[in-house]
Amino acid sequence: MNKWETNFAKLFINTALLMLLAGILLGCLAAASYIWPGFLKQDLGFISLRPMHVSAVLFWILLGASGCVYFGLNQNLPNSINKHLALTQWALWIIAIMGIFFSYFQGKFGGREYWEFEPIWALPILAAWILFLIQFLVQARKMKNWPVYVWMWMTGILFFVFTFTENYLWLIPGFRKEIIGDLTIQWKANGSMVGSWNQILYGTSIFLMDKISGNNKTSTSKVAFFLYFLGFFNLLFNWGHHIYTLPTQPYIRPISYAVSMTEWVFFAKTIYTWKNQLSEAKKHFSFFPYRFLLATNFWVFLNLIQALFMSIPALNLYTHGTHITVAHAMGTTIGINTMIIFATAFMLYTNPCYNFLQGNKQLNRLFWLLQLGLLVFWVSLLGAGVEKGLWQMAESRGNFGDMMNHLRPWFIGFFIGGILLSIAIIGLALNLIWAYIFCRKYPEKEQELKPIE
Amino acid sequence: MKPIYFFLPLVCAFAIFSFRIYSTPIPNQPQFDENTLGQIAKGKLVYQKYNCQSCHQIYGLGGYLGPDLTNCMKEGRNGELLIKTLTQVGTTQMPSFPISESEMENLIAFFKALDQTGNSDPRHFIVSSNGMIAEHE
Repeated sequence: MNKWETNFAKLFINTALLMLLAGILLGCLAAASYIWPGFLKQDLGFISLRPMHVSAVLFWILLGASGCVYFGLNQNLPNSINKHLALTQWALWIIAIMGIFFSYFQGKFGGREYWEFEPIWALPILAAWILFLIQFLVQARKMKNWPVYVWMWMTGILFFVFTFTENYLWLIPGFRKEIIGDLTIQWKANGSMVGSWNQILYGTSIFLMDKISGNNKTSTSKVAFFLYFLGFFNLLFNWGHHIYTLPTQPYIRPISYAVSMTEWVFFAKTIYTWKNQLSEAKKHFSFFPYRFLLATNFWVFLNLIQALFMSIPALNLYTHGTHITVAHAMGTTIGINTMIIFATAFMLYTNPCYNFLQGNKQLNRLFWLLQLGLLVFWVSLLGAGVEKGLWQMAESRGNFGDMMNHLRPWFIGFFIGGILLSIAIIGLALNLIWAYIFCRKYPEKEQELKPIE
Repeated sequence: MKPIYFFLPLVCAFAIFSFRIYSTPIPNQPQFDENTLGQIAKGKLVYQKYNCQSCHQIYGLGGYLGPDLTNCMKEGRNGELLIKTLTQVGTTQMPSFPISESEMENLIAFFKALDQTGNSDPRHFIVSSNGMIAEHE
């Protein structure tokens, strides 16, 4: 197999791992403001640390998702990746990352939530994704009868380009003047964008299941295609549940409510396949990629229940604008997105030259610490959210500062959970980076994964 | 049936839906003259420049460290005075900001217009038995 091509998956995953390490450290610093108000206020402060943390972890997901697709493309179509396109895509990312963090350190913002950097730095990111889309379409055209994960990758990449562009419509003055219309478009774009990278990563999890099980039954079944189209339908039309309380177009609320409720089908499917997964787990449990996929399913289950209830407008009044929303965001980005990228990374780096297979005790502990830390983190945020939700719906409520002081025990739990999952993530990421360096030192021992037959 | 036959109609429906959202004015919104609209748009840029969304929310969307600012200009709340004072001297949690006079004018215009768009307090919604919500008339 051509080394260059495997290396593109590794190049993106390694860059993503560095962003993850940065994101974790910045997240711990930002979270300290909840425990010690005004922490580093005169230097960086929460105002800079939050966007730095958010950008770093978003780039972990986006670069990780790109690495996952390169891995899958290379497995399906060995020796076919266009090196110049892939390298230019990566270089554009590096330019964007350097520019964004340099401007954050200078205290320069100008963007919007999740994309707080100056809008000029969105250009290299957009250009990188357009190159990625071209690369993907050129390669995927060579495949006949696409398995469902190829459809999901195509959908995710294409709609990321669309929603990322839509997210910057505010740069046109006509869109910015109308306050509520502008907010509607902002959250329409953000909502669908999350669906886009979820398509890429859920597609990756199906691809990995194919690799682990050694057949393509999962990725070519009618059920898989039905669920893909249901997910796609939700990506396109369910984003309105982010803005139920916004006085926007009246038809958005009922459409989003109705579409969001179709997700009960995913819930039923998760319950139905639970038993099969447990029997499969006995076969593959010592295999880290499989274990991360199993953990993903557990977090999908919890987050799906939460999302379904949050999508009911009457309950959304209690959860909107509270830490329940943060719990959902953290539960999905760490519990689902991060677990799938870790599963791919462990698959990519599992190699005879560095042993992830034979009951590595340290990795075992880190895996369980990650799950425990995330559970403490998630439950603490839920607790804080429930209290804030009751406060915001109470007939007579105290002031905001008193309510925040009342939430302090939950914030301490959230901080401890964050520290636990940070230790686990740093440990896992360093293991992966070490595996990469070790195998490069002893290339004669390296043995690539076989492409899909 | 080939997946493309499902994919394309969904994409077309989404394109029509998106175009309708971009092109139809939001009902029941206050009307402003061109001059004020320009000031509102500039005020929103000031909100973004100083990254207010890191801690504050508008209609429950944004950060979680500070209070929601949608109706901070509501009558009887001394909103203008509070915004000017707090951004100049800061609080335990919030730093002070070097906001110029013209930036402050635009920011205040933005908050005043925002207040007229609606009510961010979730308590003013009526809940139906099917789980749907509607605003009080």
